[in-house]
Order: sequence, then structure tokens, then C-alpha cells
Amino acid sequence: MALLEVKDLKVRVEEREILHGLTLTVNEGEVHAIMGPNGSGKSTLSHVIAGKPGYEVTDGQILFKGEDLLEMSPDERAAKGVFLAFQYPVEIPGVATMNFLRTALNAQRKARGESEYSTPDFLKKVREVSKSLNIPQDMLKRGVNVGFSGGEKKRNEVLQMALFEPSLCILDEMDSGLDIDALRIAADGVNALRSPKRAMVVITHYQRLLNYIVPDVVHVMSKGRVVKSGGKELALELEASGYAQFEDAA
Amino acid sequence: MPAVQETVERVKRIDVDQYRYGFETLIDSEKAPKGLSEEIVKFISQKKNEPDWMLQWRLEAYRRWLTMTEPTWARVDYPKIDFQDLYYYAAPKPKKTVTSLDEIDPEILKTYEKLGIPLREVAMLEGVEPKPGEEDPARRKIAVDAVFDSVSVATTFKAELKKAGVIFMPISEAIREHPELVQKYLGSVVPTSDNFYATLNSAVFSDGSFVYVPPGVRCPMELSTYFRINERNTGQFERTLIIADKGSYVSYLEGCTAPQRDENQLHAAVVELVAHDDAVIKYSTVQNWYPGNSEGKGGIYNFVTKRGDCRGNRSKISWTQVETGSAITWKYPSCILRGDNSSGEFYSIAISNGFQQVDSGTKMIHLGKNTSSRIISKGIAAGKSQNTYRGLVTAHRKATGARNFTACDSLLIGDKCGAHTVPYIEAKNSSATFEHEATTSKISEDVLFYCIQRGLSQEEAVGLVVNGFVKDVLQQLPMEFAVEAQKLISISLEGSVG
Ligand SMILES: Nc1ncnc2c1ncn2[C@@H]1O[C@H](COP(=O)(O)OP(=O)(O)O)[C@@H](O)[C@H]1O
Ligand SMILES: [Mg+2]
Repeated sequence: MALLEVKDLKVRVEEREILHGLTLTVNEGEVHAIMGPNGSGKSTLSHVIAGKPGYEVTDGQILFKGEDLLEMSPDERAAKGVFLAFQYPVEIPGVATMNFLRTALNAQRKARGESEYSTPDFLKKVREVSKSLNIPQDMLKRGVNVGFSGGEKKRNEVLQMALFEPSLCILDEMDSGLDIDALRIAADGVNALRSPKRAMVVITHYQRLLNYIVPDVVHVMSKGRVVKSGGKELALELEASGYAQFEDAA
Repeated sequence: MPAVQETVERVKRIDVDQYRYGFETLIDSEKAPKGLSEEIVKFISQKKNEPDWMLQWRLEAYRRWLTMTEPTWARVDYPKIDFQDLYYYAAPKPKKTVTSLDEIDPEILKTYEKLGIPLREVAMLEGVEPKPGEEDPARRKIAVDAVFDSVSVATTFKAELKKAGVIFMPISEAIREHPELVQKYLGSVVPTSDNFYATLNSAVFSDGSFVYVPPGVRCPMELSTYFRINERNTGQFERTLIIADKGSYVSYLEGCTAPQRDENQLHAAVVELVAHDDAVIKYSTVQNWYPGNSEGKGGIYNFVTKRGDCRGNRSKISWTQVETGSAITWKYPSCILRGDNSSGEFYSIAISNGFQQVDSGTKMIHLGKNTSSRIISKGIAAGKSQNTYRGLVTAHRKATGARNFTACDSLLIGDKCGAHTVPYIEAKNSSATFEHEATTSKISEDVLFYCIQRGLSQEEAVGLVVNGFVKDVLQQLPMEFAVEAQKLISISLEGSVG
């Protein structure tokens, strides 16, 4: 079943059109990779799906589980199961990570009409997941991402993904700034979350990440459009021949 | 729309009118005629059954006040106050000495109930005891002095405090029952000639709290005073005097609210603290006076003089304030570090929204040797408000080894507000070390969006970020009030984000 349907999406930022009619369908259980050169609009797409302010959708639509996503506020989208792992996770000084996780999780649950997690259940869950991601407990006492290394920030994103159990995960350049070991831990965390009910959209500039998170479908983006889609072998092809061949197609 | 712009939009629709304590209590009250004269001063003194020395003290202050002019140096702007158009005394009727809570007008009790202030000590004592080893902060005992307009209406836990030797009573009572203490200390930190508002207060103050902690005593519970202005056109001039004798400890909290009114109300309090050798005074304020409505109409003018005197060696005075209310705040809780090795602290959170104007800060006057002071100020400006930190740190010639650390951080929400930092530093000896740090930042759209993407509403996100920003200061509050203050911060910013 289609989980996410982006149809002929046109988006402007400050009067300039960035996405020129983008179409993309992601089914439940699938992992899609979106590849493309810098400036092709990958982050823009992820921001528009998540509902970041500052983008004007001039045409097209986005359906999530058949519902009009663009009608929902960003926090509603989060509660419905849209999760965006940021390329550059922000720091929130003075707000303990543990407190943040709990506040966010309970806000989502409340929006869905579910009861709040009890403290022991919550702690148990956080401990389990953080252990598998190699996140030490004292890191959770620190301010959100404050003084975290690049790898720690990304693992913190995966930790939230695991806790909130979203049905759509968009990962924007998860590999940027990570060394191989850090990348492997984060990717293992992501792979553990693959499930028949959950879809993932992995945005990346490099093929490297796709060795660890192997996609079902690969899309190539150029100048605000998807210009080619194929199987995982498309990524390797790109690695060998580069993006230049698509510049004209766009 | 970008998040910050959205915030600004919402600020325009700001609804400070959702101020939750804006109700009015309908009770009969007794007022002195409008205006100020020697007759009024005498009237107040007489109403309080004061001894002659007290009356003379007031009259002297009054005569001095007539020669003074209002200060204009603060970064606040307001129409001229007509001091003859105010009531200087209002007391809930019937005015007789109350000995137990049952004699208090039930309407007043209801008011305090609505405010969530525990005047009913019985109910607290009968509450379910927390399990052993598990401290329930909400059930810790707190002695309360409730001041309604000009009069103290109830003081709880008096008997229990008396057993420990602690005197906690309305200052009007202390003037009659402990004249030697009051005469010795009143005006010894803030002299009657100190400044326009303090002098006015000295002439017309009607009530407030008095605390004396004897040598070596650790006050067995938190002391607190709740001030409530109810009457129209009535100035509130309370006077607080706290003395911590040698080696004693006391923690004191003051809370303030007022009904919503179209006209501005004047509040000009004086607080004096005296700490003798090795004594510690912790003074916390959660100030939530009515800030005025969405057009900037109404609200309290809060012109307050607060000063602590570290008179003894190794004494310590710590001010913590959470300022969210008032149309105008003019307030600089200060420490005179007279004793050698004494120390002063000032922790402040000042939030302004709507049309509020805040000019607040502290003075640390280093006189003794090896004295130290610490200033942590967090200003948050939203709406069309102006938020100024004004601080003075001086080291006297003899204050060798004086040390100060100051950190002033300002956070702006939207682009119609302003934050200003005005630090004055003056070292008259070369061994003083003063450090000053200041930052100003805007609440970041990316940080807000991050929180919202994780399921928080815009409002919750702002509340979370701001609470993180002020965390260092919140930690200084007694635990039960830290929770209250955290809620208050979110509430006072509610207007700023819709
Ligand atoms: N806030 C913004 N203001 C102006 N231009 C922007 C903004 N965000 C993105 N753009 C422009 O949109 C294009 C696509 O950017 P982006 O979505 O970040 O690409 P990618 O993630 O593929 O590198 C770029 O040309 C970029 O300069
Ligand atoms: Mg990008």
C-alpha cells in the first residue's frame, strides 16, 4: 500500500522555484534512496514533507496514508508518524536529552489520544534502545546534542526514531561527517528498524551509505525533479559515472 | 511562514488578557481618603496602633520625600504618576486582630485558594504523609504570611516557628511586639533618604513581613509571603525586614499577583535583609503582578528597593528572582558585602512580553576583604517589550581580593522587542578580579522546528527552549517553587506564541 505519494510537487523559496514538479511514491515496508548533487533540492523535499515553515507549495500534493499532509501542522505530521532525521541536528542547551525524549514522546502520544508512558516503561525502553546504539546513559543527561560529536548527534536521531516508532523515516544525509565506525553503528540502528509496516527515505549524496542501508528503490534527483528511478544497482552506476549525465536530462 | 515570523504574528494578537490571577475579590474595605499628606501618614500610623517613634520616623521620611523628585535614568517610559490621586491605605473590613484563620473573611481565603496558596495549614498537616525516604516536595511545610492590599491577613505556622525561636509575623505586629528589634534594624539597610520610592514607602508602608532568626538557628521551614493588590487606585507599599543572626539560616519566598485593571497600580516595596557573621539568607521572588492587556493598558508599576547587608564576616545573601509580571519593573536587589569573606549572589530570570518594560539588575558593593559575588541574569524579551539588565559591581579601596563573576544572557523572541545590557564596573583596588560575560541571541527557527518535528506544539517548543535557557537560575529556587516558576514561564510566554 502507498504510504507516501508526492504528486507533481512545485515548491518555492523566497520567490524562487526549487522543486519543479516532483513525483514520488513510497510503499509500506520499502526503503528508497534519493541521490543527487548538492543543490538539487533533496533537503527541500524533506523539509516540505515535514512541514518546515518558509516553503511555499505552489502546485501538486502530498498524501500520507491517503491523507493530505499539506493540510496538517508539522507537529500533527509527527504524531501521525512522519519522522525527519536532520542533516544537522540542533543543540538545545539546558534541556536534558532524557527530558526532551519524554516530552516529545508524550506529546505525540497525547495527540494520538494514547495514554502517556509510565516512567518505568519509558526508562526501560530508552535503556534498551540506547544500549543497542552504543549511547551511554550519561549522554542522555546532557543537554540535547550539546557537546555531542557528529556521530553522537546522528545516533541520537536514530534513538528518537526507535522510540517514536514512526511509519515514515526520512534520513537527510545521515552519513555526512561520520567516520566508518560511526556510520556502521548508525546504519545498524536504522536497519534494525526496517519493518513491513515502515518505510524509509534515505537521502544521500554518496553511494557509500547505501552499502550499509541497502535500498529497494533508488531515485536520482536533479534540479528539482526525479530524473531516474531504478533498483539498488542504479546507485553503483551513479558512483561509477557521476551525476553529470543527468544534468541535461533535468 | 517562518516560525519566528509566525511568533511575531501571534504576538500581535497577544492575549495577556489570559492572565490567570486577574479576578477581583468583592469584599468590603476601609480606605483612607485619596492623596498624601501628613494627615494620611498619621492616619496610617494610628490605624496600626503604632508607638510614637514609628510615627516620627514616618513623618521624617514624608518630609524628606516632599523634597525629592522621581528618578528618570531607567529605560522605562510611562506617564507621570499623580501621587495625590492614589489611595495609600486600604484594609479589608472588618478590621480586628485575627487570631485564627476562621476569623478571616471567607472571600479572602477563597482568593488565596484560587491562587493556590496554602493558607490552611491544617489541611497540609492532615495530608497523606509521603512514604519514608520519599520526599514529596508539595507536602513540605511552608509558613505563609498573606498580605491583602495594605494588611497582613494571615500568618501560618507561627506557633511551630516560635518553638524554634524564629519570629515570623506581620511587620505591623513586630513594631508593637518587638520594638527593640525593629528600631535597631528598620532603615539600617535602606535608609529613609535612600531614593524617591523607598522614601515614599518609609512614610506610608502599611504592612509586610518581619523575620528574625536567632543565633545558630536553621529556620525549620521555608517562609513565604504572598502579596495581593485588590483595591482600585491603591498603592501597595509593603515593607519586609529579615534579620539572620550569627550562624543562622533562612530561606524566604515572596509571591505577588493582582487583579486585572485598566488603570495602572503602583507597587513600591522595600525589602531589607541583614546577615550577621556566618549567617545565610536566601531570598526568592516569583513576581507575577498583572502585566497590562494587549494594548499595553493597565498593569502594575513595580518600583522596588531590595537590599541585603552582609554585615557579618562569612555571611551570605542570595537573591533569586523570576519576574514575569508588571507593566513596568524597576528593581535592583543588591548586596552590600561589608563583612570579610562575605558573599552575594543574584540569579534572575526576567521575562517581558506584550508592552512590558523591565529595567532590572543588581548592585554588588564590595567593602570587606575577600568578598565574592556572582550574577547570573537571564532576560527573555517577546512581543513589543523592552528588557534591560542594569548592574553595578564596585570594589572599595579596602576590599582586597574582591571577586565578581557576571553572566548576562538575553533571548529575543520576535523582532519588535529589545534587550539591553548596562553593566557598570568600578574597582578601586588592583587586587579585585571582575569577570563579565554577555550574550544576546534570537530564539532559533531551526531549534523550534526541530522540537515541533518531534511532536511538540509551537507553544510547547518555545516553553521548552526558554526553560532550558533559564535552567541555571531555576535550579536556585526552592524545589516546590521551581516547578511553579517553570509553569509560570510557559504561561507568561503563551501570549507570545498564540
Ligand atoms: N532557505 C532558503 N533560501 C533560499 N534558497 C534556498 C533555501 N533553501 C534552499 N535553497 C536553495 O534551494 C536549492 C536546493 O537546496 P537543497 O534542498 O538544500 O538541496 P540539497 O539538499 O539537494 O543539497 C539550492 O539552490 C539552495 O540554494
Ligand atoms: Mg541537503
